[in-house]
Amino acid sequence: MKSTPAQAPPRPHAQSAWVPQGLRRYSRHLLIPEVGVAGQERLARARVLCVGAGGLGSPALQYLAAAGVGRIGIVDDDVVDESNLQRQTLYATGDIGKRKAEIAAQRVRELNPLTAADAIAVRFDASNARELVRLYDVVLDCTDRFETRYIVNDASWLEGKPDVYASIFRFDGQVSVFWRDHGPCYRCLFSQAPPAGSVPTCAEGGVLGVLAGITGAFQANEALKVVLGIGEPLLARLLLIDALGARTREVGFGREPDCALCGERPSVTEVAAEVADVSAPEFEEIDSAQLDEALRDAVLLDVREPHEVVFGVLEGALHMPASDLPERLHELDSAKSYVVACRIGQKSAWATRFLRDAGFRRVQHLRDGLLAYAALHPDFEFF
Amino acid sequence: MKVRVLAFARVRELLGSAREVELPAGSTAAALWDELAKTCTGLPALAKSTRIARNGHVVNRAEILHEGDEIALLPPAGGG
Repeated sequence: MKSTPAQAPPRPHAQSAWVPQGLRRYSRHLLIPEVGVAGQERLARARVLCVGAGGLGSPALQYLAAAGVGRIGIVDDDVVDESNLQRQTLYATGDIGKRKAEIAAQRVRELNPLTAADAIAVRFDASNARELVRLYDVVLDCTDRFETRYIVNDASWLEGKPDVYASIFRFDGQVSVFWRDHGPCYRCLFSQAPPAGSVPTCAEGGVLGVLAGITGAFQANEALKVVLGIGEPLLARLLLIDALGARTREVGFGREPDCALCGERPSVTEVAAEVADVSAPEFEEIDSAQLDEALRDAVLLDVREPHEVVFGVLEGALHMPASDLPERLHELDSAKSYVVACRIGQKSAWATRFLRDAGFRRVQHLRDGLLAYAALHPDFEFF
Repeated sequence: MKVRVLAFARVRELLGSAREVELPAGSTAAALWDELAKTCTGLPALAKSTRIARNGHVVNRAEILHEGDEIALLPPAGGG
């Protein structure tokens, strides 16, 4: 796949609205032969969709806007939470509680009045994915859910749009570009999402804030290269960023003949939420309003890791970290009733499944974790 | 034969960043994974979603490994 650099097709009827007022603003681009006036024109005509305006979206959106991308769509149905501010540098303390899509769009317009920003405050899902992707030339996958990553991949592929992918985990970043007719897709690399709870999200496992900045900036670089048609996009290559070792590596990957989307006998021919099934519980679940009642006959099994205990402890709970569960199973009594809980309900889902598979019949899972329970009980100090 | 194993993201937390593993000659990538999973309780949950790369290129589990290969274990990362 080392042919000429892949390039998004130019849009013929757009206007050169950035001349002359952008000449000073973009002068450092205009001085690079690889960008120049023609490249800046391509950027001004480009429409980029950013799915997710969180840790990756923050740096990506800022560099895309600063670079002069003509139109940026920002899809995010979330509001700014105080815990986002450690890495989501697009937001300030005063933005807590406000819609991310709207604040992000406002910041983009403030940063560069020559960039149009569409605030799309909905969840990107199977019902709207293709319609949204169709309106833009390049898609950035800045989501924090495996389910949505498959939807971004499938919709982009089916619409023939490049999917500039990045993801983060604690100290590790991944970046790649998936583009029909140019290389393999996300499903060729990761055919299925990991079992719920086996790979923690940022909310569950934490993440080094600056890693989001490093990885999101790499992602913006790939998106700009694709728009400009310069350099070597990360097609058929996965870039691995190791913030702890201060190393980057890359691995090559190819199209899988049995890929469900782009393989020889594809089973995915339309965008569907089918992979969301991986998080569907196959065990009994209660919500936080039912916990007090449930604990009359059951013990709360707190499966958070030791370093998470600092966020608060529910009185009477039995604490056994999920990672110790396989070795300490004998300390539990399969005839007893347990409500399994963690902070936000991911690790506990894995632990509940583990206990069920180990023969425990009377286990219930606390949906959304102790954080949701604390929201109903202001006297319970939990963060 | 010996291969050098590099682990990333969640798998690095379970296995450490790098180690040498001794395997019978002609072993496959799947055999390497099974060998590592013997002593690591967290690995089996990631078996289906983790890709294995041999000398810088993603391979399938039937790939035959060779003395001195550098093997990378690549679980998906979902955060953003």
